[in-house]
Amino acid sequence: MSKPKTPIHFTVDGKKCQAFLGQTILQAAKDNGVYIPALCRWEGFEPAGACRVCTVRVAGRTMAACTQPVTEGMAVENNVPDLQDMRKSLIEMLFVEGNHMCPTCEKSGNCELQALAYRFQMLVPRFPFQFPARKVEAAGKKILLEHNRCIKCLRCVRGVRTRDNKAVFGALRRSRDKEITVDQALAAALPEKQARQAMDRCPVGSILRKEVGFVVPIGKRKYDKEPIGSDVEKAKD
Amino acid sequence: MSKPVIATASLAGCFGCHMSFLDIDERILALVDLVEFNKSPINDIKTFTKPVDIGIIEGGCCNSENVEVLREFRKHCKVLISLGECAIMGGLPAMRNAIPVRECLEEAYFHSPTIDPADPKIMPGDEDLPIILDKVYPLHEIVKIDAYLPGCPPSADLIWKALTSLLEGKPLDLSYNLIKFD
Ligand code: SF4
Ligand code: SF4
Repeated sequence: MSKPKTPIHFTVDGKKCQAFLGQTILQAAKDNGVYIPALCRWEGFEPAGACRVCTVRVAGRTMAACTQPVTEGMAVENNVPDLQDMRKSLIEMLFVEGNHMCPTCEKSGNCELQALAYRFQMLVPRFPFQFPARKVEAAGKKILLEHNRCIKCLRCVRGVRTRDNKAVFGALRRSRDKEITVDQALAAALPEKQARQAMDRCPVGSILRKEVGFVVPIGKRKYDKEPIGSDVEKAKD
Repeated sequence: MSKPVIATASLAGCFGCHMSFLDIDERILALVDLVEFNKSPINDIKTFTKPVDIGIIEGGCCNSENVEVLREFRKHCKVLISLGECAIMGGLPAMRNAIPVRECLEEAYFHSPTIDPADPKIMPGDEDLPIILDKVYPLHEIVKIDAYLPGCPPSADLIWKALTSLLEGKPLDLSYNLIKFD
């Protein structure tokens, strides 16, 4: 039997919120209708704290809302100008660090990185474009790995497994040299549903199920009409 | 009072942004009343004949001529707008940026499938041709840019909104559906 959950109280930008002990700031905020932007997070996976887009501030200290547990009386700063600008700058860094040619990308309109750029009104990144040399692994039967667009969020490494629990994706090296690898034999053996899941779990257009690109018309894609996070904000209205 | 003056150019772009500009449909009649066009492919005026209020450029810089035209625009225009993905981040032409220029040219002139192996291998190198840059540069990495309008192409509504805001001296207030990168 699980113990009854103890409710605790905290605030986000002054808004009174309720949570349960053990919840992260990000989860608790979401339950209270407050959207904290995040990229590497996927509900159900172990949080990675990799992208830092969910950075909030508590008592003058910045922390990743996806890994930090909420505590009684915590006063969280979220939607404040300097934090929002820092998050925007992180998104801009991800754009210049890879090669993001959105007009040619199958994920455009459904991409979480692009959606955050829209939400933050990124018209141009403040950093110089790096134009790194990255490869495209297109030889696999089911899955195409487009390294130009990978933001190393590790969702695929954490969450895409075969039925007998073998990891399909892995990571090589560290920091800016980090590279995602795919076991093409395992990827080719993934049932259709899981192959699609692998694509959907990648926040960007890096993991693609081959032969299904551009199926949803412009205007009907996930982020065509409403900013990312609108669902969270609407849920509590 | 004389009308505000507009100039436009397409550098390493596909003219899609200009097409989108023309997509403002009947609003073009209002625009003719509002502004006067100077150097632009729309009216085929080749050289600046007066100072310009708003310069609009599509396409990034892929060769020495692009850089020259861009600098000339900066010199003549009070406000310079970077229009579209190619102008803002290099776009499709920038897909060559991680490949050495020589390799790109050899692919195009020596190894492409349409080259007859029996033909002499000639790479254009006439001194009258603009020199290809080491990579394709976004406009703001070469001159100061005052406003960015993303999209491939930017929608006619976005271009119209930006132009009318500028002409009325209002700040550019872009709604969610106007900012798109594709
Ligand atoms: S992954 Fe997202 S941001 Fe990158 S090119 Fe594709 S749509 Fe654009
Ligand atoms: S391939 Fe996709 S899911 Fe995997 S690390 Fe890169 S961006 Fe994340």
